[in-house]
Amino acid sequence: MNPTGSLCVNNWARSSLLVPPGNGLQTNLCSDPSSFYGIGIETPFKEIIEPSRTQSVIPGESNKDIKITDQETSKLQDWDPSAMLNNLSFLEEKIHQLQELISTAGTGNGVQPQNNVGNKLFDQSVHKDVPNNCEMEQNHNMEEHEHKDEEDMEEGENLPPGSYEILQLEKEEILAPHTHFCTICGKGFKRDANLRMHMRGHGDEYKTPAALAKPHKETGSELKLIKRYSCPYGGCKRNKDHKKFQPLKTILCVKNHYKRTHCDKSYTCSRCHTKKFSVIADLKTHEKHCGKDKWLCSCGTTFSRKDKLFGHIALFQGHTPAIPLEDNKGLAEPPDRCVTKENTAMVGSMNFCFGSNPSSENGVDNIMDVKDSEGSFSFLMPSSFNYAPKSGGESCPDNL
Amino acid sequence: MKIQKQNTTNPFESLSEELIFTILDFLEQPNNNNNQTKKSFSLTCKYFHALESKHRRALRPLRAEHLPSILARYSSIQTIDLSLCPRVSDTSLAMIAEAYKETLIRIDLSRSRFFTGSGLVSIAASCLNLVELDLSNATELRDAAMVGVARAGNLERLWLNRCKLVTDMGIGCVAVGCRKLKLISLKWCVGVADLGVELIAIKCRDLRSLDLSYLPITEKCLSSIFKLQHLEDLVLEGCFGVGDDSLSNEVFKQGCNTLKKLDISGCHNISHTGLSRLTSISRCVEQLVLADGSPVTLALVDSLNKLSMLQSIIFDGCIVTSDGLKAIGNLSISLKELSLSKCLGVTDEALSFLVSKHRDLRKLDITCCRKITDVSIASITNSCRSLTSLKMESCTLVSSEVYILIGQKCHFLEELDLTDNEIDDEGLESISCCSRLSSLKLGICLNITDRGVAYVGMCCSKLKELDLYRCTGVTDLGISAIAYGCRGLEMINTAYCTNITDRALFCLSKCPNLQTLEIRGCLLVTSIGLASISMNCKQLSRLDIKKCYNIDDSGMIPLAHFSQNLRQINLSYSSVTDVGLLSLAGISCLQNFTLLHLQDVAPQGVAAAILACGGLTKAKLHVKLRSLLPEILIRHVEARGCVFEWRDKVFQAELDPKCWKLQLEDVMQ
Repeated sequence: MNPTGSLCVNNWARSSLLVPPGNGLQTNLCSDPSSFYGIGIETPFKEIIEPSRTQSVIPGESNKDIKITDQETSKLQDWDPSAMLNNLSFLEEKIHQLQELISTAGTGNGVQPQNNVGNKLFDQSVHKDVPNNCEMEQNHNMEEHEHKDEEDMEEGENLPPGSYEILQLEKEEILAPHTHFCTICGKGFKRDANLRMHMRGHGDEYKTPAALAKPHKETGSELKLIKRYSCPYGGCKRNKDHKKFQPLKTILCVKNHYKRTHCDKSYTCSRCHTKKFSVIADLKTHEKHCGKDKWLCSCGTTFSRKDKLFGHIALFQGHTPAIPLEDNKGLAEPPDRCVTKENTAMVGSMNFCFGSNPSSENGVDNIMDVKDSEGSFSFLMPSSFNYAPKSGGESCPDNL
Repeated sequence: MKIQKQNTTNPFESLSEELIFTILDFLEQPNNNNNQTKKSFSLTCKYFHALESKHRRALRPLRAEHLPSILARYSSIQTIDLSLCPRVSDTSLAMIAEAYKETLIRIDLSRSRFFTGSGLVSIAASCLNLVELDLSNATELRDAAMVGVARAGNLERLWLNRCKLVTDMGIGCVAVGCRKLKLISLKWCVGVADLGVELIAIKCRDLRSLDLSYLPITEKCLSSIFKLQHLEDLVLEGCFGVGDDSLSNEVFKQGCNTLKKLDISGCHNISHTGLSRLTSISRCVEQLVLADGSPVTLALVDSLNKLSMLQSIIFDGCIVTSDGLKAIGNLSISLKELSLSKCLGVTDEALSFLVSKHRDLRKLDITCCRKITDVSIASITNSCRSLTSLKMESCTLVSSEVYILIGQKCHFLEELDLTDNEIDDEGLESISCCSRLSSLKLGICLNITDRGVAYVGMCCSKLKELDLYRCTGVTDLGISAIAYGCRGLEMINTAYCTNITDRALFCLSKCPNLQTLEIRGCLLVTSIGLASISMNCKQLSRLDIKKCYNIDDSGMIPLAHFSQNLRQINLSYSSVTDVGLLSLAGISCLQNFTLLHLQDVAPQGVAAAILACGGLTKAKLHVKLRSLLPEILIRHVEARGCVFEWRDKVFQAELDPKCWKLQLEDVMQ
């Protein structure tokens, strides 16, 4: 764990040094809109990534060895440099969409802010029209995780059906650690670029600039249909057969959506040992704040400051401070515990808290679970705009 | 067969239920504090017993253990006062909640311990009509318990005094859960600060009375408080965080026009500027408490100019300037109540001017204004003819002749405190003209004798309280005059009136309402006198016979037998032995006793007595006993709800009264 960890930090540091800030990067991406995996990577990038990778490999040079380490590292997805690339592609997607929005300009939202904070504000304006907060909350909670994805991809998008091409990856594809495989040795890679790097070892013919170059990208993207993705899980709102189908925008969205919504939560927070996640980036984001947000409302929202909690409670009917169970250890009798639960359940908006996660074992679990959805509730609390978005480690402001 | 016949022909059963309920309503009159009446009524026959059980609305149980049978007997109780039960468990509360789901309106747990949040939840959740809850002194309760309280959605009055472990979070729950609160008292809830108080003010819009004494609050919550539309009573005693700076804030544009009582006593950081800010936004204040605050200067009094409704000002413990007092005289209002108790700097000139302008004063407190002389008393009596209460303890410069004026001019006096004054028999003769007098305090008035006290006894038939502490000139004759003249006497203190004998007690035993008797240091009183008191004064609840060396077991046995309402007793230095002590255990009400320096009591006797007194809440014992009593016994009794106070006092021999006063003056100088 440790060597990879330090290695990753290393990578981050270097890559951040190398990536030119601001416009440089963006223009770069704009000029080169690429498919998701085939992201155009400039040579300095490769050189850094490749050696660091080999460093992590245990001295033995056999393929098997490498595979093992690869799997290990794949667990720590977002420490992997590939996450960075994902990011870039994500950014690119956004820019791409922005271009489209400007070109169509039908929605009236002249220019859409690019960064996530801006998106949130945009979200808020959409939500504020809804009169009843409580109802909203419940709705939101039912699709707790989906909303995150929506955040990723701007809910405001209203593409007419048929104006885009629907792709559906299979479950195995989504969960596969690798998507690019060497035709010679069978080794898997997450990125095409890494595969091309790898191919060099198989012979000189793969070392030509033509072979190393990014596969040619079709220009004239405005002619091509926009790609949207469907979740392979039947009955899911993100599945193309659903009545109110809402497409997912990128493959990354598909992956995150599928893992969050349809997979087990296998990553447990090492601090609270209570919260579980299926996407490791979510875990990281949580761990960053775990234990800090100790002020808890009955609606499940947590606050790092008491005055923020009280401001929230003052604003909304029926919300009440939630007393953590550790606080009443003195009276920690079983009936008391029940009572606390009952009590919180009494508050209308709390009901969903239990509904959302019947498998959880105790009150704390329940409450904490809802906390997860804070990101999507954020429009409920004016104070939380500055909250770090919890839509996964790959979101832009986090990493840029 | 005969018995059955008799039963069917019970003449009382022909009385209708309504009729008997009306009779019971009369027995319940507030001034009828004799709790024996209903008992004897219900003991008349089974029919009466059943009806009385049905009629009863209020309960004050002696022991929590009896609750199951009590709950089974009384079906429609609205008020439960558990202040006599030191130990109230969650199960008891659950039983009460189950029994009085529909009816319970008030519950008092201010003197009880050992219950937790779960007990409160059962009360709050099942008694939907609960309106009043007193949880004062529940120092163990935490926020989790407040979650339980918050379930009582109809609660209107809540006392949480001294709930020290409750924080903003708990109060926040209460604020959200109990939206109908009209009164909340958070005195000494030191864990509650701005956020909690602010939330209370935001959520409970109906609040009328708010006590925030000694809370660490600042200006932040005040703006919300002043936005309350119905607030009438605001107590900010000892809120050091509230000061001039915070009050000058522009936030307080909006005032509270309903505010009638404002208490900012002990707020050292509020000077005249802060006060003027407060008065300018709450112009309808009628009662202002500024005790222990900033000096009463011209500037401070100027800030009161805006209060056109002001009727009462309390300046207790402030430094007073003459200018300030005169300015009070010049206020364009007519005060009904003024307290200058323990104020330094009150002069004759200023006080005379003040009272000449406020001729309608009803209550005046000039306790310990040591500079004032005859001049002040003369102008007070001349101007304020309608005084009902005058307290002038320790006004030592006032000469004995002036007291005649009080009796001549102030005929409406009901309460008079002349403790430690130079009053003599002539003064008392004059004062006896105040026929409405109900409370008279003459402690340490060494100049009075039986003659003066006899005048009071002859004329003041409404007297309820008489304090003759260390009035060594008073003997049996004086007391007997009081006892015959004032049959309504409830409290008498003749401590250290060393000339008093059993004869005085025989006379006092004719006062059926006597509740408090202090005969500390009355060396001549014996068990026989005490026995006559115990046999006749059934209401006796407090008894102090410390240093009555001649009272022994033969006094205790009748006491234990007849005085079934005795709550508190001090037996120190008396000649009571194990037997007497143990017999006291037969008094089921006994809550509080002090046993220091009892020569003939063995540790086993004390152990047996405290074990047998099931309702004991406080026992003052000598520290030496602690090691002599078995640890397990102490723990057991403590678990029942009794608090031990271990005293380490040396044995004191009695002093001559004159000598005692000299000693006191030495200490004071």
